Formats: sequence, C-alpha cells, structure tokens
Amino acid sequence: MSSETPAAVRPTRSANHFVADVDETPVADVDAVKLDEKPSNLWRDAWRDLRRRPIFWISGALILFIVFVAMFPGLFTSTPPDSGCELSNSNAGPSAGHPWGYTKQGCDIYSRVVHGASTSLSVGFIVIALTTITGIVFGALAGFFGGWVDTVLMRAGDIFFSIPYILAAVVIMSVFSAHRNVLVIALAIGVFAWPTTARVLRSEVLRVKNSDFVAAATATGLSKLGILFRHVLPNSIAPVIVVTTLSLGAAITAEATLSFLGVGLPGSVMSWGNDISQAQRDLRTDPQTLIIPSIALTTTVLSFILLGEALRDALDPKARALR
Amino acid sequence: MSTTEYTSAGAAPLLEVRDLEVGFRTQGGLVKALNGVSFTVERGETVAIVGESGSGKSTTAAAIINLLPGSGQITGGQVLFEGRDLAKASRRELEDVRGKLIGFVPQDPMSNLNPVWSVGFQVEETVKANGLATGKRAVRAKAIEVLKQAGLADAEQRLHQFPHQFSGGMRQRVLIGIGLAADPRLLIADEPTSALDVTVQRRILDHLESLTEQSGTAVLFITHDLGLAAERASKLIVMYKGKIVEAGPSLEILQNPLHPYTQRLIAAAPSLASRRIQASGQHLGSISHAETGSAASVDLIAAAEERVEAVTPGLDGQVRREPSIVVENLTKVFKIRSGGFKQVEFKAVGDVSFSIAKGTTTALVGESGSGKSTVAKLLLRLEDPTSGRISVQGRDIASLRGRQLLSLRRTMQPVFQDPYGTLNPLNNIGNTIAEPLKVHGVGDRTSRRERVFELLDQVSLPRVIAGRYPNELSGGQRQRVAIARALSLKPDVVVLDEAVSALDVLVQAQILRLLADLQGELGLTYLFITHDLAVVRVIADNVAVMQKGRIVEAATTDEVFDSPREQYTRDLLDAIPGAGIKLGI
Repeated sequence: MSSETPAAVRPTRSANHFVADVDETPVADVDAVKLDEKPSNLWRDAWRDLRRRPIFWISGALILFIVFVAMFPGLFTSTPPDSGCELSNSNAGPSAGHPWGYTKQGCDIYSRVVHGASTSLSVGFIVIALTTITGIVFGALAGFFGGWVDTVLMRAGDIFFSIPYILAAVVIMSVFSAHRNVLVIALAIGVFAWPTTARVLRSEVLRVKNSDFVAAATATGLSKLGILFRHVLPNSIAPVIVVTTLSLGAAITAEATLSFLGVGLPGSVMSWGNDISQAQRDLRTDPQTLIIPSIALTTTVLSFILLGEALRDALDPKARALR
Repeated sequence: MSTTEYTSAGAAPLLEVRDLEVGFRTQGGLVKALNGVSFTVERGETVAIVGESGSGKSTTAAAIINLLPGSGQITGGQVLFEGRDLAKASRRELEDVRGKLIGFVPQDPMSNLNPVWSVGFQVEETVKANGLATGKRAVRAKAIEVLKQAGLADAEQRLHQFPHQFSGGMRQRVLIGIGLAADPRLLIADEPTSALDVTVQRRILDHLESLTEQSGTAVLFITHDLGLAAERASKLIVMYKGKIVEAGPSLEILQNPLHPYTQRLIAAAPSLASRRIQASGQHLGSISHAETGSAASVDLIAAAEERVEAVTPGLDGQVRREPSIVVENLTKVFKIRSGGFKQVEFKAVGDVSFSIAKGTTTALVGESGSGKSTVAKLLLRLEDPTSGRISVQGRDIASLRGRQLLSLRRTMQPVFQDPYGTLNPLNNIGNTIAEPLKVHGVGDRTSRRERVFELLDQVSLPRVIAGRYPNELSGGQRQRVAIARALSLKPDVVVLDEAVSALDVLVQAQILRLLADLQGELGLTYLFITHDLAVVRVIADNVAVMQKGRIVEAATTDEVFDSPREQYTRDLLDAIPGAGIKLGI
C-alpha cells in the first residue's frame, strides 16, 4: 500500500480499507475557540430564560403593583379605612365611591384592602430579611467551616426547626399580647423560619467548597473569608433566592393566620387576616366581606410563589434541561 | 458511500448498518448526530469504533439497539441484524433482540447497577427476562454461573451483596456478565473500561476476549483510545463529526492512515506515541516519526523531542541542577470515622521521598487510591503532613505562616484535573486569571490587564476571551485558562494534578505540547501527577511509581520504561493499551 500525502488523499477503494473523501469531512482545527454567542454565565442565562416566561412578567408586575399600593395607599383611595365607619352601612353592598361595599362595622372594604397591603408586605419583608440574614450566616459558616461549628450551628437550627412555627408564634404572641405590632409578629414568625434557609445554603456550600476552583484560590493564597465571599457564596446563593421568594408568601400567610386566630395584630391595625377573621361569621349572608380580602391575600401570596417557581426554573440548569 | 461494498462476498454479515442517520430534537430544531454511517460486523468478529467525544460513536452503539437517549431518533437508514431491520422493529421485537441476541455493556460501572438491589437480584432479573432458566433454584444457579464466568470466583457469597460493596472492576465484571448472560451473538461494549485503572482494564478486557472467543460472540467495541481499539479489534472504524472517515483492518490503519483526521489521532495517542518511542529503542530526538502536515500541531513525539532539546543539558549531567523540590519521609494519615466515636487510621501517603531538579519534570504515577494526589495537596500546603519534610527551593514549607506562606504560594501553583470544576463559573476569564495578581497585590488595574493579555497569548487563546465566562469554553480551553492562572504569578513550580486526563486525545496532545513549550520558555519545574503511564513517556524526565501510598520505583523515564525493576511497574507498562501491537516502526 502506498502512502500518500494528505493533500492527495482520495477514497482508496482497496479491498478492506475505506477512507472518506477529505472534502466531504474537512478536518477542523483542534479545539478552535467559538465565540459566536453572547457572553453568558448563570445569571445572564437565568435572565435570558426569565425574560421568556409570561409567569415571570405577570407575577413580577403584580408584585410591583402591590408594593406600589402598599407604599402609596393614598393614591388609590381617599376614604380612611378605620375612621368614619358607620354602622348603618354594616355589610352594605357597593355604592358610589365604595365599589366593593362595606364591612360589618360599616367600613369601606376597598379602602381596607388597599391599606391592608402595607401590613402584609411589611410582615413578609421583615420576616425574610430576618430569616435570610440569619439563614445565610448560620448556613454559610456551618457549611464552610464544618466540624464543631457545623454541629453547634445546625443543632441550634434543628431545635428551632423541630417546633411548629405557628404553634410557637401563637405562644410568643400570647406572651407579648401587650405589644402586638408588625415588628413583634414578624419576629415571632421569623425566629422559627430561618433554619430552612440555613439548611439549603449549607448543602450548597458543602457542594461548592470542594470545587477545584476553591482549591486553586487557596493555592494562590486567598484567605478563608475571601474564598467564602468571593467564590463560595456567589456560587451557592441561587437556591437561597428561590427559598426566600417562596417563604415570603408563606410569611404573609402566617401573619394572616395568626391574625385570623386572634393572636396576631390588634384590630386597630389594618390587616387582611383580621378582616377575614371578622367576616367569617357573615360568610353565608354576605360572602363578599370575606371573599374580597381573601382574594387580595391569595393574589399576593400566589404572586410571590409563582415568582419563586419561575426563579427556580431559571436558576436550576438541571430543571431547565429536563424540559 | 458504504463500506459494505468492499467486504468480501459470501454469507450475509451478522450486523449491517446502512446509511444510518440519527438526529436529536432541540429547541433549534433537529440536530444531526449521525450522518449516513455504514459498516458491517461479521460473525465472531471484533470491531472497534474510535472517536473523540461528540464524534457519534456512542450514538451509533445506542442506535443499533434503539436505545437512544431522550430526544434522539433514527431519521434514516437501516440496521440489519441477521437480515432484520432493527430501526423499524416494534418494541416487542426489540425486547426480544436486546439481551438475548445483542448484549450491551454500558460505560459507567458506578451508575449502571441499581444501588438499592443486590447484585444477585439484578443478575437474576436478566436471567428471567431472557428466559434462560425457570424456577427459583435454576435462576439462582444460572446467575451464579453467569457471575463466575464473568470472573467473580466467590459468586455464591457475593450474590447477596450490594453494588457499593463491589469495586469498580468487580462491577464492570458484573455488567459484562449481564451482557453475556444469554450468549448473545453480538456484544456492544460502550467504553467498558474507561473508568477503570489500566491494570484492571487489561485483566477485564483479556477476560472478555477469552469469553467471546469461546462462544463465538461478535463484539462491537466503542472507545476513545486508538491504541486500545487496535489492540483489541481486528477491524477499526474511525468516526469524526457523525461520519466514518476511515475503516479497515486495525494494523493497516495504524501503519498507513490515509485520512488526515486518522493521522492526527495516531500522532496524538499517548499509548501509540509511547509505543513508538519504545519500539525505536533510541533516545528521544533521534526517532523518525511519521510527520504529516495536518498532524504537526498534535504530534506527541515531536512535542516530546522539542521538550527534550529545550531541557536536556541538565539531564546529561553537564550542568548539575540544584533541586527545586525535596520531599523527605513524607507521611499523611487520615482519620476516618467508622460509625459511632471510633476512628480508623488510613495511611494515604507513607514515607515518601523524592526530589525534583529545577527546570525538569517528574511524573508521579499510580492508580486510583495510590496517594499521588495527596502528595500534590501536601506539597501545595492544601493539607498538612502528619510527618516528614517538604522543602521548596531550600525552604521548609511546614513552618511557613502568613507572609512567608503567601510568598511560597507565589512560587508554586497548581493545575487540577476537572476542566469543569477548575474555574469559578461566575467569574469571567480575565478576572479568573487576574485573581492571583490581586491576592498578591501585584500591579495596578492596567498592568494586570496587560498581564492577562500576555498570559492569554502564552496559552494561545484569543484576547477577547477575557470578557467571557467558563461555560462558553471547551474543556481544553478551560485547562488553558487554568494554566494561565497558574502562570500569572510567574511561579517556578507548577503542580499538574491529572491536568490532561479528562481531555480528548487531540486536545490532550495540544495541552501537553503547550506545557512543554512553556517549560522551555520559562524554565518551569513540573510535578506531573497522572494515572496514565503512556503520557509520562512524552512529558517526564523522571518517574516515580506509587502504589498504596509508597513509591515503589523511581528512576529516569528511559530507565523505568526500558528496564523496570519492580513487578508492579512492569504490570503498569504492560497494561498500556497498544503494548501488544506489533508496530513495524
């Protein structure tokens, strides 16, 4: 068999030796750099993914709207929610300027719903601020340093985790019955909700800290805390964001539940939970007094949960690949 | 184009694949993975399909028994098995063929046995599914027979054990047993040993060969290793980008490759390069190797020669080089918790001593669990030794703290194995390479930027890549970035921990060449840690062979390869795929 130079190679039709036409399968450069796509990393990909999801836009718009309402209730109604209620209007239907009718106490439902938004959202945001900060500190330190730090921090978390938080919140709110306000109720919920965040972050940190890029950073001489902040945390924070969004909805529900049970906010504070609680007796005769604040509550909670789901799908490449 | 026209006429072949096309449905439409693949497998013949990742070799194997993953589908062509077209067969017909007539041995022994069922149960399942025996006793007896045949001597005792109680090699034996249980006429083995140590690989393939020879089973062997393929198969099929570029008798293709892609593969295969160096019986630098234009950039022998030319003066003893690294009696003991409060001591590294002269490469070779990576970690001060001394350029590194440790880190940098884990996915390439400079406070923003560009040039990556992220790069390109990061502080020593092991041969050859060039240019000292003795031959000046935490043999590369003293070293050398090929060079 004669050996030819590559340029002259043509299919050799000898008995057994088959060679493809070189022109048909040209040999490309080994490991050529392809840069025809836009720069991408986890966050940019997630954003690109989110942008295409109607759920993200709908839930995002709803949340922005609710936040706006909570911040500037005066722009939406000039009727005060708790003063000027007249018992003669008790459970009355809609009338001019009062599109959703009146509560049992004769207060304007529309105005109460608008003013109740800030309570729900404040509780929600204070709770997640609390759980996220505590959860990140505990989870990151436990996962990153391991050993006894891990044992102490996570056992502490287990203690809080093992107590049903509604039960615990009921007890706390009963003890602090003289000081029921937004901050106290948020603390009562948040104190028992942070272990979830801590656990999620810890498992992510455990995964990331064994990466070769962490070893490489150690070998360059970067300090332990530097590694934690520069390499480990940014790579393990995504699931925490998802959990946070989802637990925001849960916190709002918890406040409504406590208020409904009568151990939440006092009647003087505008709260959807309080209104639902007071309307339950008239459910059969005047369902709108219960349904309207319930819809407000459900819409808010659902918006956060849907946003959380959209974020999870976008931030978890494995989930993305499955679709 | 079909190869079938050229095969000898006569009885119909066992398997005939005609113009097979396979596509994968993606968001962007149907992506073709196979582009008209045609070949035949005769009865009792062993055929190997060779190619890099993404060449379509595994897709071909899966398409034959219609087990394409996920969104894959056969879009054209025929798969004629004993005259029946499997591409159009119904599910029922296929189930009849799978296992009974065509056995399959999958790639990864770690994930292909179900961890919640005992090994015995899984073999019995196969026996029952293929109707090889009926009745509880008979099924069990057949399962034991199958496992014994696959090389598990104590099959009766091990039947009740679970996969995690088996080593990788044992599991692969079980899978081979399952694949051959029904005495199929064709066995498809998809990279059956690529996850295993070379010595285990050799034993298992020897055993597989004798089994299939006895029963006259034809084998379709899928591998990325050209040396292994040529050693085990009589016929080779080389695939590239979903097409067959060359096919024919193994030896013929090795000695007279006609397609430029095949020529490249041969030039880049470490097992073959090592074999050629050995066959020549000469020192590097005086070997004539089949130089072809297209293969030049990946020719391992050429790379090895250049390296030797650049580094040699010190080796010949003309210039006595001072040692850069001295390791004395290094020991590392890990304490492993074994349930409750008990701890078991495990000696990962025991009494290891070696030294590396400045500007040379020492390879630390061993199989998995030999402690070679632990030595790297100790040297890099990522772990602290239990006892022993490591000195780098005259400084004992154990006592270094703070600033001194920082200055040690400046002189010694690592490159790790996994190209996908070695770069922080959230940092862009420029920041990744500049990070060591920032940590050590070298230069200002603009000078660091200049240095990043300089480093990218050195590792032959375009400068625009600085603004890109790791997930846009291939494995080989990521390894280049990792090398650039390691070089950013101008270290004297680079510790390469399996740095090329996860790469395709062509990319691997390119990176080895890059490393050789950089060593000549910058006078670097390498500690090259690898399980692949074949690679060692082309990159290292000295070799230390590790087994179970100890160095069993240490000498110059030529000595170790030409006259190994230890049996273990000889076993390792014999296990290099391709060692059994008679090359006429």
